[in-house]
Amino acid sequence: MIEIKNVSKWFDDFQVLADVNETIEHGQTVVICGPSGSGKSTLLRCVNGLEPYQEGEILVDGVSLSDPKTNLYKLRENIGMVFQRFELYPHMTALQNISLAPMKVRKWPKQKAEKKAMELLERVGIPDKAGAYPANLSGGQQQRVAIARSLAMEPQCMMFDEPTSALDPEMIKEVLDVMIDLAKEGMTMLCVTHEMGFAREVADEIIFMDFGRIVERGTYEKFFKNPKSERAKEFLDQIL
Amino acid sequence: MFDAVTRNITFLMGGFLVTLELTFFALSGGIVLGALVGLGRISKRKWIYYPVTWYVNFLRNMPLILVIFWFYFVMPIIAGRPLNPFLSAVISFIIFEATYFGEIFRAGYQSISKDLSSAAYSTGMTYSQTARYILIPIAFRRMLPSLITQSIVTFQDTSLAFVIGLQEFVRRTSIVDNLEVRSIQLFGFVAVVFFIFCFIGSKISRYFEEKGRKTGLL
Repeated sequence: MIEIKNVSKWFDDFQVLADVNETIEHGQTVVICGPSGSGKSTLLRCVNGLEPYQEGEILVDGVSLSDPKTNLYKLRENIGMVFQRFELYPHMTALQNISLAPMKVRKWPKQKAEKKAMELLERVGIPDKAGAYPANLSGGQQQRVAIARSLAMEPQCMMFDEPTSALDPEMIKEVLDVMIDLAKEGMTMLCVTHEMGFAREVADEIIFMDFGRIVERGTYEKFFKNPKSERAKEFLDQIL
Repeated sequence: MFDAVTRNITFLMGGFLVTLELTFFALSGGIVLGALVGLGRISKRKWIYYPVTWYVNFLRNMPLILVIFWFYFVMPIIAGRPLNPFLSAVISFIIFEATYFGEIFRAGYQSISKDLSSAAYSTGMTYSQTARYILIPIAFRRMLPSLITQSIVTFQDTSLAFVIGLQEFVRRTSIVDNLEVRSIQLFGFVAVVFFIFCFIGSKISRYFEEKGRKTGLL
Protein backbone atom coordinates (compact mmCIF):
# COMPACT_ATOMS: atom_id res chain seq x y z
CA MET A 1 0.00 0.00 0.00
CA ILE A 2 2.99 2.30 0.57
CA GLU A 3 5.80 2.20 -1.96
CA ILE A 4 8.91 4.27 -1.37
CA LYS A 5 11.11 4.28 -4.46
CA ASN A 6 14.63 5.74 -4.55
CA VAL A 7 13.70 8.66 -2.33
CA SER A 8 16.33 11.28 -1.54
CA LYS A 9 15.89 14.46 0.43
CA TRP A 10 18.14 17.35 1.34
CA PHE A 11 17.86 20.13 3.91
CA ASP A 12 19.88 22.70 2.01
CA ASP A 13 23.20 20.92 1.48
CA PHE A 14 22.64 18.25 4.06
CA GLN A 15 21.30 14.98 2.72
CA VAL A 16 18.79 13.47 5.16
CA LEU A 17 17.48 10.65 3.00
CA ALA A 18 19.59 8.80 0.47
CA ASP A 19 18.03 6.50 -2.07
CA VAL A 20 15.48 4.93 0.28
CA ASN A 21 13.47 1.98 -1.05
CA GLU A 22 10.77 0.18 0.86
CA THR A 23 7.39 -1.40 0.26
CA ILE A 24 4.81 -1.84 2.97
CA GLU A 25 1.93 -4.17 2.16
CA HIS A 26 -1.55 -4.02 3.62
CA GLY A 27 -1.60 -5.34 7.16
CA GLN A 28 2.16 -5.35 7.53
CA THR A 29 4.04 -3.88 10.47
CA VAL A 30 7.43 -2.42 9.67
CA VAL A 31 9.74 -1.20 12.42
CA ILE A 32 12.37 1.42 11.62
CA CYS A 33 15.30 1.81 13.97
CA GLY A 34 18.62 3.55 13.89
CA PRO A 35 20.62 6.25 15.65
CA SER A 36 19.19 9.74 16.05
CA GLY A 37 19.61 11.91 13.00
CA SER A 38 19.52 8.94 10.67
CA GLY A 39 16.41 10.20 8.87
CA LYS A 40 13.76 7.92 10.41
CA SER A 41 11.36 10.66 11.43
CA THR A 42 11.93 12.53 8.20
CA LEU A 43 10.99 9.42 6.25
CA LEU A 44 7.68 9.20 8.13
CA ARG A 45 7.01 12.87 7.57
CA CYS A 46 7.63 12.38 3.86
CA VAL A 47 5.18 9.48 3.67
CA ASN A 48 2.23 11.64 4.67
CA GLY A 49 3.38 14.68 2.79
CA LEU A 50 4.43 16.80 5.77
CA GLU A 51 7.85 17.19 4.18
CA PRO A 52 8.68 17.33 0.50
CA TYR A 53 11.40 15.14 -1.02
CA GLN A 54 13.55 16.07 -3.99
CA GLU A 55 14.15 12.78 -5.74
CA GLY A 56 12.33 9.51 -6.14
CA GLU A 57 8.72 8.67 -5.61
CA ILE A 58 6.38 7.74 -2.79
CA LEU A 59 3.11 6.06 -3.71
CA VAL A 60 0.26 5.51 -1.28
CA ASP A 61 -2.29 3.08 -2.74
CA GLY A 62 -0.83 3.93 -6.13
CA VAL A 63 -1.18 7.70 -5.69
CA SER A 64 2.04 9.67 -6.02
CA LEU A 65 2.77 12.20 -3.27
CA SER A 66 4.95 14.39 -5.44
CA ASP A 67 2.27 14.78 -8.11
CA PRO A 68 1.03 18.37 -7.76
CA LYS A 69 -2.50 17.14 -8.50
CA THR A 70 -2.53 14.93 -5.41
CA ASN A 71 -4.66 16.31 -2.61
CA LEU A 72 -2.37 15.81 0.38
CA TYR A 73 -5.09 16.70 2.87
CA LYS A 74 -7.30 13.95 1.49
CA LEU A 75 -4.42 11.49 1.51
CA ARG A 76 -3.56 12.22 5.14
CA GLU A 77 -7.08 11.28 6.22
CA ASN A 78 -6.08 7.68 5.61
CA ILE A 79 -2.71 7.80 7.36
CA GLY A 80 -2.69 8.32 11.10
CA MET A 81 0.39 9.62 12.84
CA VAL A 82 1.51 9.49 16.46
CA PHE A 83 4.30 11.71 17.72
CA GLN A 84 7.00 11.39 20.33
CA ARG A 85 5.67 14.26 22.41
CA PHE A 86 1.98 13.34 21.94
CA GLU A 87 1.04 16.75 20.49
CA LEU A 88 -2.47 16.77 21.91
CA TYR A 89 -4.39 20.01 21.51
CA PRO A 90 -3.83 21.55 24.97
CA HIS A 91 -7.03 23.62 24.92
CA MET A 92 -9.32 20.65 24.34
CA THR A 93 -10.43 17.71 26.46
CA ALA A 94 -9.45 14.16 25.50
CA LEU A 95 -12.88 13.65 23.94
CA GLN A 96 -12.65 16.89 21.93
CA ASN A 97 -9.13 16.02 20.77
CA ILE A 98 -10.45 12.77 19.33
CA SER A 99 -13.75 13.99 17.86
CA LEU A 100 -12.43 17.18 16.20
CA ALA A 101 -11.16 15.69 12.94
CA PRO A 102 -14.15 13.37 12.33
CA MET A 103 -16.44 16.38 12.82
CA LYS A 104 -14.49 18.88 10.74
CA VAL A 105 -12.95 16.65 8.09
CA ARG A 106 -15.47 13.82 7.75
CA LYS A 107 -18.36 16.17 8.60
CA TRP A 108 -19.81 13.70 11.06
CA PRO A 109 -22.48 15.06 13.39
CA LYS A 110 -21.16 15.80 16.87
CA GLN A 111 -23.10 12.93 18.43
CA LYS A 112 -21.63 10.35 16.08
CA ALA A 113 -18.09 11.71 16.47
CA GLU A 114 -18.32 11.68 20.25
CA LYS A 115 -19.75 8.17 20.29
CA LYS A 116 -16.81 7.03 18.19
CA ALA A 117 -14.41 8.93 20.47
CA MET A 118 -15.85 7.20 23.53
CA GLU A 119 -15.49 3.78 21.87
CA LEU A 120 -11.84 4.56 21.15
CA LEU A 121 -11.21 5.75 24.69
CA GLU A 122 -12.66 2.43 25.89
CA ARG A 123 -10.39 0.64 23.50
CA VAL A 124 -7.25 2.38 24.78
CA GLY A 125 -8.44 1.80 28.35
CA ILE A 126 -9.16 5.32 29.63
CA PRO A 127 -12.90 6.02 29.14
CA ASP A 128 -12.91 7.80 32.52
CA LYS A 129 -10.55 10.48 31.14
CA ALA A 130 -12.90 11.72 28.41
CA GLY A 131 -13.37 15.11 30.07
CA ALA A 132 -9.75 15.60 31.15
CA TYR A 133 -7.40 18.13 29.58
CA PRO A 134 -3.98 16.93 28.38
CA ALA A 135 -2.20 18.81 31.19
CA ASN A 136 -4.04 16.59 33.69
CA LEU A 137 -3.14 13.29 32.03
CA SER A 138 0.01 11.23 32.49
CA GLY A 139 2.35 10.79 29.54
CA GLY A 140 1.08 7.29 28.88
CA GLN A 141 -2.53 8.44 28.98
CA GLN A 142 -1.77 11.35 26.66
CA GLN A 143 -0.14 9.05 24.14
CA ARG A 144 -3.13 6.71 24.25
CA VAL A 145 -5.44 9.64 23.59
CA ALA A 146 -3.17 10.62 20.69
CA ILE A 147 -3.47 7.10 19.24
CA ALA A 148 -7.24 7.26 19.65
CA ARG A 149 -7.25 10.65 17.91
CA SER A 150 -5.54 9.13 14.87
CA LEU A 151 -7.77 6.06 14.88
CA ALA A 152 -10.89 8.22 14.92
CA MET A 153 -10.32 8.97 11.25
CA GLU A 154 -10.39 5.22 10.58
CA PRO A 155 -7.06 5.31 8.76
CA GLN A 156 -5.75 2.54 6.54
CA CYS A 157 -2.29 2.92 7.97
CA MET A 158 -0.75 4.20 11.22
CA MET A 159 2.69 5.73 11.62
CA PHE A 160 4.41 6.04 14.98
CA ASP A 161 7.37 8.32 15.54
CA GLU A 162 9.15 7.08 18.68
CA PRO A 163 5.85 6.89 20.55
CA THR A 164 7.35 5.67 23.81
CA SER A 165 10.67 7.46 24.03
CA ALA A 166 9.29 10.43 25.98
CA LEU A 167 7.56 8.16 28.49
CA ASP A 168 8.51 6.99 31.94
CA PRO A 169 9.35 3.27 31.90
CA GLU A 170 6.23 2.21 33.75
CA MET A 171 4.03 3.85 31.13
CA ILE A 172 5.69 2.36 28.10
CA LYS A 173 3.85 -0.93 28.37
CA GLU A 174 0.37 0.60 28.37
CA VAL A 175 1.13 2.32 25.07
CA LEU A 176 2.87 -0.69 23.52
CA ASP A 177 -0.06 -2.94 24.43
CA VAL A 178 -2.38 -0.70 22.43
CA MET A 179 0.03 -0.78 19.49
CA ILE A 180 0.45 -4.56 19.64
CA ASP A 181 -3.34 -5.01 19.60
CA LEU A 182 -3.56 -2.75 16.57
CA ALA A 183 -0.90 -4.69 14.70
CA LYS A 184 -2.57 -7.98 15.52
CA GLU A 185 -5.89 -6.68 14.26
CA GLY A 186 -4.24 -6.20 10.90
CA MET A 187 -3.52 -2.47 10.85
CA THR A 188 -0.77 -1.46 8.43
CA MET A 189 1.90 0.10 10.62
CA LEU A 190 5.14 1.95 10.17
CA CYS A 191 6.85 2.47 13.51
CA VAL A 192 10.02 4.26 14.43
CA THR A 193 10.88 2.66 17.74
CA HIS A 194 13.68 1.07 19.69
CA GLU A 195 11.30 -1.13 21.66
CA MET A 196 12.68 -4.47 20.64
CA GLY A 197 10.07 -6.44 22.55
CA PHE A 198 7.47 -4.80 20.38
CA ALA A 199 9.48 -5.50 17.25
CA ARG A 200 9.87 -9.16 18.16
CA GLU A 201 6.17 -9.58 18.77
CA VAL A 202 4.66 -7.88 15.74
CA ALA A 203 7.22 -6.67 13.21
CA ASP A 204 7.08 -8.31 9.80
CA GLU A 205 10.23 -6.47 8.87
CA ILE A 206 12.85 -4.36 10.61
CA ILE A 207 14.71 -1.62 8.79
CA PHE A 208 17.92 -0.17 10.16
CA MET A 209 18.79 3.32 8.99
CA ASP A 210 22.01 5.29 9.26
CA PHE A 211 22.93 8.60 7.60
CA GLY A 212 19.70 8.62 5.62
CA ARG A 213 20.23 5.15 4.14
CA ILE A 214 18.63 1.83 4.81
CA VAL A 215 21.69 -0.10 5.88
CA GLU A 216 20.03 -3.34 6.77
CA ARG A 217 16.63 -4.99 6.64
CA GLY A 218 15.15 -8.29 7.62
CA THR A 219 12.93 -10.16 10.04
CA TYR A 220 13.47 -9.83 13.76
CA GLU A 221 15.39 -13.07 13.92
CA LYS A 222 17.66 -12.16 11.06
CA PHE A 223 18.34 -8.63 12.23
CA PHE A 224 18.95 -9.31 15.90
CA LYS A 225 20.65 -12.66 15.82
CA ASN A 226 22.78 -12.02 12.83
CA PRO A 227 23.24 -8.40 11.78
CA LYS A 228 25.43 -8.14 8.72
CA SER A 229 26.74 -4.57 8.91
CA GLU A 230 29.18 -3.29 11.51
CA ARG A 231 27.02 -0.23 12.08
CA ALA A 232 23.97 -2.32 12.98
CA LYS A 233 26.07 -4.44 15.35
CA GLU A 234 27.35 -1.37 17.16
CA PHE A 235 23.86 0.04 17.40
CA LEU A 236 22.40 -3.17 18.77
CA ASP A 237 25.15 -3.39 21.36
CA GLN A 238 24.17 0.05 22.58
CA ILE A 239 20.43 -0.46 22.87
CA LEU A 240 20.27 -4.06 24.12
CA MET B 1 -16.37 69.93 44.47
CA PHE B 2 -17.50 68.01 41.42
CA ASP B 3 -20.10 70.59 40.46
CA ALA B 4 -18.92 71.05 36.87
CA VAL B 5 -18.87 67.29 36.37
CA THR B 6 -22.29 66.66 37.87
CA ARG B 7 -23.87 69.52 35.91
CA ASN B 8 -22.67 67.99 32.63
CA ILE B 9 -22.67 64.34 33.51
CA THR B 10 -25.09 63.23 30.76
CA PHE B 11 -23.08 64.99 28.08
CA LEU B 12 -19.78 63.63 29.42
CA MET B 13 -21.09 60.09 29.75
CA GLY B 14 -22.40 60.31 26.22
CA GLY B 15 -18.79 60.95 25.21
CA PHE B 16 -17.62 58.06 27.33
CA LEU B 17 -20.11 55.84 25.56
CA VAL B 18 -18.56 56.85 22.21
CA THR B 19 -15.14 55.98 23.66
CA LEU B 20 -16.43 52.56 24.70
CA GLU B 21 -18.06 51.94 21.33
CA LEU B 22 -14.92 52.97 19.51
CA THR B 23 -12.85 50.69 21.76
CA PHE B 24 -15.25 47.80 21.17
CA PHE B 25 -15.14 48.02 17.38
CA ALA B 26 -11.40 48.74 17.30
CA LEU B 27 -10.71 45.67 19.43
CA SER B 28 -13.07 43.27 17.67
CA GLY B 29 -11.74 44.24 14.27
CA GLY B 30 -8.14 44.65 15.41
CA ILE B 31 -7.97 41.24 17.09
CA VAL B 32 -9.61 39.36 14.21
CA LEU B 33 -7.41 41.10 11.64
CA GLY B 34 -4.41 40.72 13.98
CA ALA B 35 -4.92 36.94 14.14
CA LEU B 36 -4.68 36.84 10.33
CA VAL B 37 -1.78 39.31 10.20
CA GLY B 38 0.09 37.08 12.65
CA LEU B 39 -0.46 34.10 10.32
CA GLY B 40 0.83 36.19 7.42
CA ARG B 41 3.95 37.06 9.40
CA ILE B 42 4.88 33.39 9.75
CA SER B 43 3.78 32.41 6.25
CA LYS B 44 6.29 30.60 4.07
CA ARG B 45 4.67 32.10 0.98
CA LYS B 46 6.64 35.14 0.00
CA TRP B 47 3.73 36.90 -1.66
CA ILE B 48 1.90 36.79 1.68
CA TYR B 49 4.85 37.30 4.00
CA TYR B 50 6.37 40.40 2.41
CA PRO B 51 3.28 42.58 1.94
CA VAL B 52 2.08 41.75 5.46
CA THR B 53 5.51 42.46 6.92
CA TRP B 54 5.71 45.81 5.12
CA TYR B 55 2.26 46.72 6.34
CA VAL B 56 3.21 45.89 9.93
CA ASN B 57 6.57 47.66 9.82
CA PHE B 58 5.11 50.72 8.16
CA LEU B 59 2.29 51.26 10.62
CA ARG B 60 4.30 50.38 13.70
CA ASN B 61 6.66 53.19 12.79
CA MET B 62 3.87 55.73 12.38
CA PRO B 63 2.35 57.80 15.16
CA LEU B 64 -1.27 56.75 15.58
CA ILE B 65 -2.47 60.34 15.47
CA LEU B 66 -1.05 60.69 11.96
CA VAL B 67 -2.79 57.53 10.81
CA ILE B 68 -6.14 58.75 12.09
CA PHE B 69 -5.59 62.15 10.54
CA TRP B 70 -4.42 60.87 7.18
CA PHE B 71 -7.09 58.26 6.87
CA TYR B 72 -9.79 60.82 7.53
CA PHE B 73 -8.52 63.16 4.84
CA VAL B 74 -7.45 60.56 2.27
CA MET B 75 -10.53 58.34 2.38
CA PRO B 76 -12.92 60.90 0.83
CA ILE B 77 -10.57 61.09 -2.16
CA ILE B 78 -10.59 57.29 -2.56
CA ALA B 79 -14.23 56.69 -1.65
CA GLY B 80 -15.51 59.77 -3.42
CA ARG B 81 -17.45 60.99 -0.43
CA PRO B 82 -16.61 62.04 3.11
CA LEU B 83 -16.70 59.34 5.79
CA ASN B 84 -18.27 60.13 9.12
CA PRO B 85 -15.62 60.63 11.80
CA PHE B 86 -16.72 57.62 13.86
CA LEU B 87 -16.46 55.14 10.98
CA SER B 88 -13.20 56.69 9.86
CA ALA B 89 -11.78 56.41 13.39
CA VAL B 90 -12.93 52.79 13.72
CA ILE B 91 -11.24 51.78 10.47
CA SER B 92 -7.99 53.60 11.29
CA PHE B 93 -7.89 51.97 14.70
CA ILE B 94 -8.53 48.52 13.27
CA ILE B 95 -5.75 48.74 10.70
CA PHE B 96 -3.38 50.32 13.21
CA GLU B 97 -4.04 48.07 16.20
CA ALA B 98 -4.08 44.95 13.99
CA THR B 99 -0.33 45.38 13.50
CA TYR B 100 0.26 45.31 17.26
CA PHE B 101 -2.16 42.43 17.81
CA GLY B 102 -0.58 40.73 14.80
CA GLU B 103 2.84 40.73 16.44
CA ILE B 104 1.34 39.34 19.64
CA PHE B 105 -0.36 36.56 17.69
CA ARG B 106 2.85 35.87 15.76
CA ALA B 107 4.68 35.29 19.03
CA GLY B 108 1.81 33.04 20.09
CA TYR B 109 1.95 30.98 16.91
CA GLN B 110 5.71 30.64 17.18
CA SER B 111 5.30 29.20 20.66
CA ILE B 112 3.31 26.31 19.15
CA SER B 113 5.50 23.40 18.15
CA LYS B 114 5.71 22.40 14.51
CA ASP B 115 4.69 18.88 15.47
CA LEU B 116 1.41 20.13 16.95
CA SER B 117 0.30 21.53 13.62
CA SER B 118 1.68 18.41 11.92
CA ALA B 119 -0.54 16.38 14.24
CA ALA B 120 -3.54 18.38 13.08
CA TYR B 121 -2.57 17.96 9.41
CA SER B 122 -2.04 14.24 9.92
CA THR B 123 -5.73 13.87 10.80
CA GLY B 124 -6.60 15.34 7.41
CA MET B 125 -7.34 18.88 8.54
CA THR B 126 -6.60 21.61 6.03
CA TYR B 127 -4.48 24.68 6.71
CA SER B 128 -7.49 26.87 7.38
CA GLN B 129 -9.07 24.28 9.69
CA THR B 130 -5.79 23.93 11.57
CA ALA B 131 -5.49 27.70 11.89
CA ARG B 132 -9.07 28.09 13.01
CA TYR B 133 -9.39 25.24 15.51
CA ILE B 134 -5.82 24.82 16.72
CA LEU B 135 -3.38 27.68 16.05
CA ILE B 136 -5.60 30.70 16.67
CA PRO B 137 -7.34 29.37 19.82
CA ILE B 138 -4.07 28.26 21.39
CA ALA B 139 -2.25 31.50 20.51
CA PHE B 140 -5.23 33.47 21.77
CA ARG B 141 -5.24 31.69 25.13
CA ARG B 142 -1.47 31.82 25.51
CA MET B 143 -1.28 35.47 24.60
CA LEU B 144 -4.39 36.54 26.49
CA PRO B 145 -2.46 38.61 29.07
CA SER B 146 -0.61 40.50 26.32
CA LEU B 147 -3.80 40.90 24.31
CA ILE B 148 -5.55 42.44 27.30
CA THR B 149 -2.62 44.78 27.91
CA GLN B 150 -2.74 45.90 24.27
CA SER B 151 -6.52 46.29 24.59
CA ILE B 152 -5.97 48.69 27.49
CA VAL B 153 -3.54 50.66 25.33
CA THR B 154 -6.15 50.77 22.55
CA PHE B 155 -8.76 52.00 25.01
CA GLN B 156 -6.44 54.80 26.06
CA ASP B 157 -5.51 55.57 22.44
CA THR B 158 -9.13 56.16 21.42
CA SER B 159 -8.92 59.68 22.85
CA LEU B 160 -6.67 60.56 19.89
CA ALA B 161 -9.76 60.45 17.69
CA PHE B 162 -10.45 63.99 18.89
CA VAL B 163 -8.21 65.23 16.05
CA ILE B 164 -10.92 64.46 13.51
CA GLY B 165 -13.59 66.04 15.66
CA LEU B 166 -15.05 62.86 17.06
CA GLN B 167 -16.92 63.67 20.23
CA GLU B 168 -15.50 61.03 22.48
CA PHE B 169 -14.85 61.37 26.19
CA VAL B 170 -11.85 63.68 26.14
CA ARG B 171 -13.25 65.85 23.35
CA ARG B 172 -16.53 66.36 25.19
CA THR B 173 -14.66 67.13 28.38
CA SER B 174 -12.73 69.87 26.67
CA ILE B 175 -16.00 71.25 25.23
CA VAL B 176 -17.42 71.39 28.76
CA ASP B 177 -14.19 72.91 30.01
CA ASN B 178 -14.51 75.73 27.48
CA LEU B 179 -17.83 76.66 29.07
CA GLU B 180 -17.15 75.89 32.71
CA VAL B 181 -13.43 76.62 32.93
CA ARG B 182 -12.81 73.90 35.51
CA SER B 183 -9.88 72.12 33.90
CA ILE B 184 -8.45 70.44 36.98
CA GLN B 185 -11.76 69.08 38.10
CA LEU B 186 -12.96 67.99 34.67
CA PHE B 187 -9.76 66.37 33.43
CA GLY B 188 -9.19 64.92 36.89
CA PHE B 189 -12.53 63.17 36.48
CA VAL B 190 -11.49 61.84 33.08
CA ALA B 191 -8.24 60.57 34.58
CA VAL B 192 -10.09 58.77 37.37
CA VAL B 193 -12.49 57.09 34.94
CA PHE B 194 -9.64 55.95 32.66
CA PHE B 195 -7.62 54.75 35.63
CA ILE B 196 -10.45 52.65 37.05
CA PHE B 197 -11.12 50.92 33.72
CA CYS B 198 -7.47 50.29 32.94
CA PHE B 199 -6.74 49.10 36.46
CA ILE B 200 -9.54 46.56 36.28
CA GLY B 201 -8.21 45.50 32.88
CA SER B 202 -4.71 44.94 34.18
CA LYS B 203 -6.09 42.90 37.08
CA ILE B 204 -7.99 40.70 34.61
CA SER B 205 -4.81 40.31 32.58
CA ARG B 206 -2.94 39.23 35.72
CA TYR B 207 -5.69 36.73 36.54
CA PHE B 208 -5.41 35.04 33.14
CA GLU B 209 -1.64 34.99 33.42
CA GLU B 210 -1.84 33.10 36.71
CA LYS B 211 -4.54 30.80 35.38
CA GLY B 212 -2.55 30.05 32.25
CA ARG B 213 0.45 29.14 34.33
CA LYS B 214 -1.59 26.77 36.46
CA THR B 215 -3.25 24.93 33.56
CA GLY B 216 0.07 24.39 31.82
CA LEU B 217 -0.98 26.30 28.72
CA LEU B 218 1.71 28.95 29.06
